[in-house]
Amino acid sequence: MEESKPRLLTVLDVFTVALFLIATYMVFFYAPQEAVMGDVQRVFYFHVATGWVGMLGFIGAAVAGIIYLIKKDRKWDIVGLAAVEIGIVFIFINIVTGAIWARPIWNTWWTWDPRLTTATVMLLIYLAYLMLRQGIEDPDRRARFGAVYAIVGSLSVPLTYFSARIFRTIHPIVIGSGDPSATGSFDMSPLMTQTFMFSLLTFTFIFIDLFWHRIRLGRKADHVEQLRLQTME
Amino acid sequence: MTVERESSYLASEKNAGKVASFLRAMGAVVWKDLSAELRSRELISAMLVFALLVIMIFNFALDLDPATRRDPTITAGVLWVIFVFAGTLGLNRSMAVEKDRGCMDGLLLAPVDRSSIYFGKALGNLIFMLMVEIIVLPIYSVLYNVNLLNLGLLVVILLGSIGYVAVGTLLAAMAVQARTRDILLPILLFPVVLPVILAAVKASTGFLDGSEMELIRPWLNLLIVYDIIFSAVAFMVFDYVVEE
Repeated sequence: MEESKPRLLTVLDVFTVALFLIATYMVFFYAPQEAVMGDVQRVFYFHVATGWVGMLGFIGAAVAGIIYLIKKDRKWDIVGLAAVEIGIVFIFINIVTGAIWARPIWNTWWTWDPRLTTATVMLLIYLAYLMLRQGIEDPDRRARFGAVYAIVGSLSVPLTYFSARIFRTIHPIVIGSGDPSATGSFDMSPLMTQTFMFSLLTFTFIFIDLFWHRIRLGRKADHVEQLRLQTME
Repeated sequence: MTVERESSYLASEKNAGKVASFLRAMGAVVWKDLSAELRSRELISAMLVFALLVIMIFNFALDLDPATRRDPTITAGVLWVIFVFAGTLGLNRSMAVEKDRGCMDGLLLAPVDRSSIYFGKALGNLIFMLMVEIIVLPIYSVLYNVNLLNLGLLVVILLGSIGYVAVGTLLAAMAVQARTRDILLPILLFPVVLPVILAAVKASTGFLDGSEMELIRPWLNLLIVYDIIFSAVAFMVFDYVVEE
């Protein structure tokens, strides 16, 4: 079980930090100032990127859950938990950055728009997932319940989105075709698009890097738990 | 040709036998819950009293004047909050009694398809919930002076309760096996069941308001889709929840 940190992971760490520094620089100095909204629009680059990572975590947890139930391999439970924990952090950053942007643009910190509602429900389901796991001692049962809940949650979230969407939305849809009348909508200039794409890439790397670290941590925690159970017997 | 027909006949015969035994097992679970309830009347009475208390709390918390009381949005909202809270109470209890004296182990030892246990428990929970709802509706009508005798509203309540109980029974089966079982069920259930609540409240408001069917249909469709998806998922994963 004793394994040292893989070289590739160290390389990835350094690479990710470098990417993040460049992305931060691009957001503040490379991307032009948006004409109407001003500097607060710069939050958009990291806002969308963190939302993307949060969603990756959510999908990852559901997929890991399905594979776990089929294969019954503890490895996939560790993967699922790692995905949820990373997702929680990033969806939270996503919600906070969104609120910071919404205050001057929508004139409110919060509104019950479909995307905002969906992000919040996602966060609540993640939290419930962790609380469910906390309450169960037996590792196998904990893994099974976690997998089942991740699957149920991932099916419910799109339905929440669609049901909230039947109301009118004011959230701008910058990527893809959106309603141009949405408050705070804008067209991206080439420099903005480059910055945006770079942020997305950066946060994808951050996700991979953290995911790898968290899975390693999970494996070690698993090992410790097994040792503990052995000494208890 | 005859052999082929015979074998397909035998297969369908076998399937019919399977379905019949599935329904029998399911019916037995439902019957067990109903007759236990008929003797103790613990669950229904607790849910009912709780529902009445929620009605009372809403009256004072919202300080409703006679005009707002009849507002369909308020009525639908308050009704669904009552159903959701009372339902949680019932779901928790119905699974806790199985866990407490090892009844669940007895059920699992029975040589039947485990999903029949799930559907039996879910159907029992649905019956309890509908009974509470049927009693609450006239009481609410009298107390708030609104007419709730509306066929559309009853359909919405049925569809909403099916979705609620389909997920609720599955999650309650997990929650009672956890250390924190008293507090866990609402935390697990509410975020997942949100689409049902949203659609049910909207459709109920629509029917009470006398809106056109065009406006209500999307919500009804959503309820039906939810009911189907989650009954199917619960059917598939219930085995993993009760497995030892």
